[in-house]
Amino acid sequence: MKLRNKFKFDKRARQSLITYAMVIIAFVVVQILLATGSMTSLMKGLLVPLCVYAILAVSLNLTVGILGELSLGHAGFMCIGAFTGAFFSKCVQDVITIGWLRISIAIILGSAMAGLFGFLIGMPVLRLKGDYLAIVTLGFGEIIKTVVNVVYIGRDENGFHFSIKSNMDLNMTENGKTIVKGAQGITGTPKDATFTIGIILLLVTLFIVLNLINSRDGRAIMAIRDNRIAAESVGINITKYKLMAFSISAALAGSAGVLYAHNLNTLTASTNNFGYNMSINILVFVVLGGIGNIRGSIIGAVILTLLPELLRSFNLDNLRMLIYAIILIVVMLFNSAPSFIQFREKVTAVVKSKLPKKGGVN
Amino acid sequence: MKNVKKVLAIALASVMAFATVACGNEGTPAVGTESGKTAAAGTWRIGGIGPTTGGAAVYGQAVQNGAQIAVDEINAAGGINGVMIEYTFEDDENIAEKGVNAYNSLKDWGMQMLLGTVTTTPCIAVSAEAAADNMFLLTPSGSSTDILEGKTNAFQVCFTDPNQGQGSAQYIGENNMASKVAVIYDSSNAYSQGIYEKFAQEAKNYSFEIVSAEAFTADSNTDFSVQLQKAKDAGAELLFLPIYCEQSALILTQANAMGYKPTIFSCDGMDGILTLDNFDVALAEGVILLTPFVADATDDATVSFVTKYQAAYGEIPNQFAADAYDGVYIIKAAIEAANATPDMSVSDLCDALKEAMVNITVDGLTGTGMTWEATGEVSKDPKAMVIKDGVYVGY
Repeated sequence: MKLRNKFKFDKRARQSLITYAMVIIAFVVVQILLATGSMTSLMKGLLVPLCVYAILAVSLNLTVGILGELSLGHAGFMCIGAFTGAFFSKCVQDVITIGWLRISIAIILGSAMAGLFGFLIGMPVLRLKGDYLAIVTLGFGEIIKTVVNVVYIGRDENGFHFSIKSNMDLNMTENGKTIVKGAQGITGTPKDATFTIGIILLLVTLFIVLNLINSRDGRAIMAIRDNRIAAESVGINITKYKLMAFSISAALAGSAGVLYAHNLNTLTASTNNFGYNMSINILVFVVLGGIGNIRGSIIGAVILTLLPELLRSFNLDNLRMLIYAIILIVVMLFNSAPSFIQFREKVTAVVKSKLPKKGGVN
Repeated sequence: MKNVKKVLAIALASVMAFATVACGNEGTPAVGTESGKTAAAGTWRIGGIGPTTGGAAVYGQAVQNGAQIAVDEINAAGGINGVMIEYTFEDDENIAEKGVNAYNSLKDWGMQMLLGTVTTTPCIAVSAEAAADNMFLLTPSGSSTDILEGKTNAFQVCFTDPNQGQGSAQYIGENNMASKVAVIYDSSNAYSQGIYEKFAQEAKNYSFEIVSAEAFTADSNTDFSVQLQKAKDAGAELLFLPIYCEQSALILTQANAMGYKPTIFSCDGMDGILTLDNFDVALAEGVILLTPFVADATDDATVSFVTKYQAAYGEIPNQFAADAYDGVYIIKAAIEAANATPDMSVSDLCDALKEAMVNITVDGLTGTGMTWEATGEVSKDPKAMVIKDGVYVGY
């Protein structure tokens, strides 16, 4: 029994190490490709978004896979992080001129704000379960997006001006500059996000999530997922642990949002980047990578982000979105359709029966 | 079972990785050595970016087609300085992030000049990237001033938004068209908001009064009864619609159902309303719009363009197609003025074209005697048109 437990622990630690190693190897490979100049501009441009989506997928997996609650409002937290971070960077653009320092502070602020909102939203919402929770989080995500779309904030020598009506209602002096311009969002965020910062942030995210999973708190969270009543009966504080997982997940999504905002010159809250479309996209990464499988989330996010862009290179421009959808369906079927699983088992049997022979020859 | 899954996962991952590297191998030489040589041997590579899928697809497709016609014409006539043009268009789905991906993809292809992007939001993101690379950028229809701000490499074919707002206010004021004006605009659209803001500022200098200004966003652009009711209650005689034609069509239909018949005044976004599906053209009777291009004009250039466009794509071209068509000719004029050659580096080419842009004068479909400021703004005159019996006529 003891041995088994020890073995299990070792296995977990090993699994975590493999995940870290995978990210670091990817980083090194990319650095080599960059140094030798054999990377296309398209790939260079995708490096930071890949980190963003990997972080989002890992953080959502914390809610969906570890806590076992379906959240469809993940992009809302990303939105909060993105706007907080971009707002901060825009304000201090002339004061702090060191890119990495500025984005680091922005990431801390953005994730703190997103975590705070995760906490506030989590309190009423986490009383619900299953489908109900999914719908309510969907609603919250949309509320966040809609509120961001009507906010106008400007700054002049008298300080900040705020309005939810229009740019002109800010009543600024001549030198005033609008920072957040309603539905047009924030324009001119400094491009501070680099692949290195993205990878560091991804590693930090992995460190937080994997350590949480393998800790006492993590086991409590998983106990709630597996059997709520049993967990409650052994004295686990359900609300506390649910809120903990949910807010950490939100905060990490916020940090991904900051990274996203600092990679593009313009930041708007539209359905495609911060609405339910994005929330579902992130969920697709998680489901494709395997619910509860952190490493799978990263792989899923990377593959699904690269796929539509790689299809660009194959002269299939008009069929691009169609092919993407078909591949998605095929992969999902391959992962979970019963007949495919049977097929895979058959293949396993064949491979297994052949393997020893090969071993014998060697 | 688990092992097989692992093996498959690794296999899949390596296939993906291989595909990436393979693409890399395919693409890299195209940017680096090889294309440099082929380009020197003789092609101009002009890239285009715009939405060809999604809600704004109609604009992207118009630009893609319009530019293609110009490219074919120029190539048939022997190219620019005897060098042929290659033209590739990438989809951005009207999303800033996808626009940047499309831009990078075009760079891999060996793009030397960018005719794009079509819509404003992606254009702001792409023009920042292009400014960092010092890539020459001419947007056919991205009209926000944010695209140009702080960049020396970006130029516009269309009017800036404030320009149109000012023109509209001036037109309404000087012609004493109304004393009470209502505005309905799209606050999620930089184009619409930009026009409205300048219009509201300028309105103070004229005798008319803005009695109601109501906004909608991309998420709430199907029901306008509230906005129309407010305009009606305020007694507005003229309704200013600085928006795109899809929403304008809905507003006209809904206003008609309410029995509210103000004078409608609009900008170039209204262009295309006559060719819209499921819209009763009779409702657009009497609509006045400021636009640089009308497909029914009788000058030779327009007639030839419209005929070719209709033959190739089966539609009447809108202003976006005309802007793109002009865009290609503007690039041609700039290259000729700069005496540029295709073997120049992207950055050198951009510097040469930048200098040439402020000196050239181009007569196109969307304006005669177009000239450019160093900031990238175009100067040309808007034309006021009115819809009579289902066609545009000069007002």
